[in-house]
Amino acid sequence: MNWSKYSAPLAFYPLAGKMIPWFSAVAALAIAVGLYIGLLVAPTDFQQGDSYRIIFVHVPAAWMSMFLYVVMAIWAGVGMGLNARLSFMMAQAIAPTGAMFTFLALLTGAMWGKPTWGAWWVWDARLTSELILLFQYAGVMLLRTSIDDLRRADRASGVLALVGVVNIPIIYFSVKWWNTLHQGASVSMTAAPKMATIMLTAMLLMTFGFWMYSIAVILSRVRCVILERESQPAWGNPSAAPEVAEAR
Amino acid sequence: MNRPSLWEALRGVVRRDLLLAMRRRSDVVMSVFFLVIVASLFPLGVGPEPAVLRTIGAGVLWVAALLACLLSLGRVFTADYLDGVLEQMVLIAQPLPVLVVGKVFAHWIVSGLPVVLLSPLLGLQFGLDGEALGVLVLSLLLGTPTLSMIGAIGAALVLGVRGSGLLVALLVLPLYVPVLIFGAGAVTSSMAGIGGEANLSLLGACLVLSLFFSPWATAAALRIALE
Repeated sequence: MNWSKYSAPLAFYPLAGKMIPWFSAVAALAIAVGLYIGLLVAPTDFQQGDSYRIIFVHVPAAWMSMFLYVVMAIWAGVGMGLNARLSFMMAQAIAPTGAMFTFLALLTGAMWGKPTWGAWWVWDARLTSELILLFQYAGVMLLRTSIDDLRRADRASGVLALVGVVNIPIIYFSVKWWNTLHQGASVSMTAAPKMATIMLTAMLLMTFGFWMYSIAVILSRVRCVILERESQPAWGNPSAAPEVAEAR
Repeated sequence: MNRPSLWEALRGVVRRDLLLAMRRRSDVVMSVFFLVIVASLFPLGVGPEPAVLRTIGAGVLWVAALLACLLSLGRVFTADYLDGVLEQMVLIAQPLPVLVVGKVFAHWIVSGLPVVLLSPLLGLQFGLDGEALGVLVLSLLLGTPTLSMIGAIGAALVLGVRGSGLLVALLVLPLYVPVLIFGAGAVTSSMAGIGGEANLSLLGACLVLSLFFSPWATAAALRIALE
């Protein structure tokens, strides 16, 4: 089977439409089970009480915020390298979801910080670098919307996204490099996790759920982007794409 | 006619940009005055207690230097973009990143170097003493070229875009944050007696990295703008 045919927006549009319900269902299931285990099954922490439970949203959101930025930059890079329209559309569709997760990570962090650290916000290395990530998402989106020529908007915001990737390792390693208030990683690929298995299960389930949610949302947004951009005669005969014609 | 060597091309670009800047001296003076005024506003706003001023001095001067650099970014490419010189630069047989280095270097001499030279005077206003002043100058000497290099990417990206002055600030300021942290950190840690060497080394690393990567990114952004 020739997968590259799906790099054409015309072919990708119906495929995305078919995938969205599956990813949405898996996301809803994983988030529901993850929240159930995290909020009801997992034991109360002996130091932090119940306030620690916000990590089941906080940590997955923070992971997704960094991951989505890298994915966005990769799509932009692929778009510039291969001159593919769909890649830029994917990059455009990812940015708002990434910004949402960055904001969610900052918000839940503040809600956890107030009872635990006694402050909504501290100027700690990780908090600051995550805030900068939010600004970078905003910059990429703003640059795209302020350039009228689509081709230039795609490429310019792609360059900016690629330049901003330098911040991702800084965020990830900030707790190691600067010994500040935000605690180090409790979960890593190389060492045994420093948390109870049940908590880890809930957190990984939530991460999986957020991941699937992101795919579902990004696919539906990319469908909108395709409709918006390709509604001009570029596709030629609309009857060749019955589903698109319907959606219009 | 012989094709000029890389070095000659670089020198030519620097010479031309410096000459243009000398013909319009008020531009240079403006950003220097901006720096002085911003730095003088803080003691008036925060209050004249010497202890407070000494603690915030390094940070205020660094933020002021950063804003002064930001304001002058529009001058790097805009004039050449409007009169078509930039298009010729993209077309000639010299690699565009080298020409970009020349333009950014000229921009630094015009807008960064005055800031470095003026900083000891402004530091005295904030009650910084001997060693801290030295570290401040050194940190600005290492940091302002980095600011110009990073800023050039933003300036190239927003060429000819509406509202570009505000947009370039939004794009570039987040990328300036590490330089600001290390630069102001060098001065405060030397005042705290730990010595600013670690932060100065990090600033040097930022400079080397930006010198290596930024000309390519800027050249790519210029090509996109001129497409």
